[in-house]
Amino acid sequence: MKPEDVKVCVIRIEGTNCEDEMAGAFEMVGAKAEKVHLKQLLGQAPADMRRSLEDYDILAFPGGFSAGDYVRAGAIFAARIKAGIGSDLKRFIEEGKPVLGVCNGFQILVELGLLPAMEGTMSEVPTAALYNNDSGRFECRPTVLRNDNRGKCIFTSGIKSKQMLSIPSAHAEGKLMSMDPDFVQKLEDNDQIVFRYVCPDGSDAVYPWNPNGSPSDIAGICNPAGNVLGMMPHPERVMTRYTHADWTRNPGPAEGDGYRIFSSVIESLTRN
Amino acid sequence: MTKVEIRIELKKGVADPEGRNTQKTLESLGFTGISKVSTVKLFEIDMDMPAEQAKGVAEDMCRKLLANPVIQNYKISVS
Repeated sequence: MKPEDVKVCVIRIEGTNCEDEMAGAFEMVGAKAEKVHLKQLLGQAPADMRRSLEDYDILAFPGGFSAGDYVRAGAIFAARIKAGIGSDLKRFIEEGKPVLGVCNGFQILVELGLLPAMEGTMSEVPTAALYNNDSGRFECRPTVLRNDNRGKCIFTSGIKSKQMLSIPSAHAEGKLMSMDPDFVQKLEDNDQIVFRYVCPDGSDAVYPWNPNGSPSDIAGICNPAGNVLGMMPHPERVMTRYTHADWTRNPGPAEGDGYRIFSSVIESLTRN
Repeated sequence: MTKVEIRIELKKGVADPEGRNTQKTLESLGFTGISKVSTVKLFEIDMDMPAEQAKGVAEDMCRKLLANPVIQNYKISVS
């Protein structure tokens, strides 16, 4: 498979607002991305606009909001997917195809029961929640992430262990919660922790570097198989150095810090 | 017709920034003696079925959409 043969479905409903950047990010690493409304996958569209999930190689849930984020952030999008294409999506993931959820996309993956999914591909009810930031506010600023994955996650396969990336956050509900007191340890044991927030000097994050109060400074997790990644910060916003907040002060490579997340997954799919 | 009220509350120990913020603002307006402000969400659902059945359906609604068991409890009352 060549990069241009990789077909990416960037799924959206009313309220999604980061689909252009998300599709653009996949295009920048050579893949073919299409913005697809959920209705197109549900058959509620003119015949020539209907799409089928199985025709794609990667599924991406972009950020923004969905259906007003009524009930809870991402809950309505998740319920509509579960009712309409739940079994197709489960099969998609079980085939090992990559799924990325950013910001609202992460919230949707958690509400769908696709993350953390410690038992099985998709849990019947959510086993985690992305809840209001400790500050009680929408937090919007650059954050620093450290790649803490030990090799399971397909999206960080081309990123060095412990490498730090500057990636902006913009969310009001990003605190990862669970009912299980051993939740963080289990994530760690399964190699499901992908990104942690850190301070710019690499030390443990304190507010505002951990913008939401997530336990153990968790910013992104993957499923036990490593092909589903959910993260609160927005890598698609920093594909070139020119969109980093401090780009005039820090001359560096043309590539932005988000680039490797997208190129890693395309490289893994095209390697064989 | 059965009227179902579903009250979604935050579980004990889950922070309620909206409640806390509201309390702070009420206090800044001069209201005293407030020991706690909690936010809850209330859904009123009219259903064309007997009360007992409506209660069961409402339970299912909570499980499938209205409450996330990690952070929320629900109470259903039928009239």
